[in-house]
Amino acid sequence: MTPEPHPGSTALVPLALVVNGDAVRVAVPAERTLLELLRYDLGLTGSKQGCDKGDCGACTVLLDGEPVLACITLAVDADGRGVETVESLAKGQKLHPVQTAVVNHGAAQCGFCTPGMLMSAKHLLDGSRTPTREDVKQALSGNLCRCTGYTKILDAVEAAAREMAEARGGD
Amino acid sequence: MLPLPAFEWVSPGSLDELVRALGESPGESLLLAGGTDLLPNMKHGLFAPRRVIGLRRVRELRGIAETPAGGLVIGGGAPLDRVATDPRVMARYPALARAAGLVASPQIRRMGTIGGNLCLETRCVYYNQTAFWRGALGGCLKKDGPTCFVVPQGRRCVAAMSADTPAPLIAYGASVELVSVRGTRTLPVAKLFAGDGVKNNVRAADEVLTKVELPPPAERLFSAYEKVRSRAAIDFPLLSIAAAAVLDAGGHVVELTVVVGALGALPRVVRGLEITRAAPLSREAIDLVAEAAHTQCNPLSSLGAEDWRKDIVAPVVRRALAGLAPSRIAG
Repeated sequence: MTPEPHPGSTALVPLALVVNGDAVRVAVPAERTLLELLRYDLGLTGSKQGCDKGDCGACTVLLDGEPVLACITLAVDADGRGVETVESLAKGQKLHPVQTAVVNHGAAQCGFCTPGMLMSAKHLLDGSRTPTREDVKQALSGNLCRCTGYTKILDAVEAAAREMAEARGGD
Repeated sequence: MLPLPAFEWVSPGSLDELVRALGESPGESLLLAGGTDLLPNMKHGLFAPRRVIGLRRVRELRGIAETPAGGLVIGGGAPLDRVATDPRVMARYPALARAAGLVASPQIRRMGTIGGNLCLETRCVYYNQTAFWRGALGGCLKKDGPTCFVVPQGRRCVAAMSADTPAPLIAYGASVELVSVRGTRTLPVAKLFAGDGVKNNVRAADEVLTKVELPPPAERLFSAYEKVRSRAAIDFPLLSIAAAAVLDAGGHVVELTVVVGALGALPRVVRGLEITRAAPLSREAIDLVAEAAHTQCNPLSSLGAEDWRKDIVAPVVRRALAGLAPSRIAG
């Protein structure tokens, strides 16, 4: 459901961006955040609206390949850029290795932080083939979880890294 | 949900366009670099500018370049993550690289910029709250009210300078460039700050912070940065300490600077450290510096926990001075 426009909203700003590989053309008020664009205009509700002010990391998406907080990114500032959300991780019915690892390790309890954790983890695993536990902690240090105590999340990301290394055939 | 108030969006493509756009409506425009400070504050109803001017397309602001003398010029729009991981910053100004690398979280370091960090809004437990929360108290000196809840009889806002990069930049003797349609001025980072928590910098409404210039490191320059916070990530500092020492070939102090942040509106440069000159930085000398810092620094309840924050000034100064790292010009 689209939120009511803010009082005094100015003219709509046209944008062109690429979301999960799809070209998107849309017009939004300047005050629309990237998270609001994804969730309420495009129906991509995987990215979560947690604190909605840049503390918790539940809204983490990749913008031009880099993890950012969509709740404090303006949609207009994503014009001309590429966005990847948690919806891009699975290919059809096949989960990304880090998703499978989260399931197998019981690393999602309430699950609200999971999409943001997954995107921070994906960025780490894309850039580093053999991350240490400390690397994983650093990469996830901007994502808060109130259920797990983090241990199982860290275990899952480490397991995904090993799994992906094995799938590459130990190159 | 915390919706943003409405505004007009301007996205200049060059420094020239930016400065002109800012000059047209200075009192009604706010600059947006990474947005990690401004947007949460706007969501809290602390600012409602008519116009927001985005800096992302202004390429002139983003670079990190060497000066002929061996210093560095960092664009005001350089992301903190880049500052933290640039090999030249890491080698020559390790305390700055460390401070930038300890800001908030990986996401925020990729979004936030060094210019934004220098111009960070001061912080206070009575200010960084939703409009609903603040309304229950009736507003404070910094926003919407006559009363300071930190210093009850106070007439001056004591919200704290809570950024990480100013302390090391002051310790290194860095300067900033401010540009407006009226011209360009350069001033030492220490002079960028003013002692009023309502607005703790002297940047005029029509000026943009375009660059930070670091002088070439002296021979045998050693520096450190220490940050204390509730959690090891995301949080702003409850206390931050930068130290820079120039030693002579015999290991005697030529110059020692200690800067403390997260106290009041101003980063505090500890006075009276001339006493350490011409002697080695011994255990006894370090104790004297720690004692001077403890006497001069008074953390306030603006960030909470003021009692134990006062108690840890001396140990954290000792830790900084015990961990001084050398500057290397190569690399």
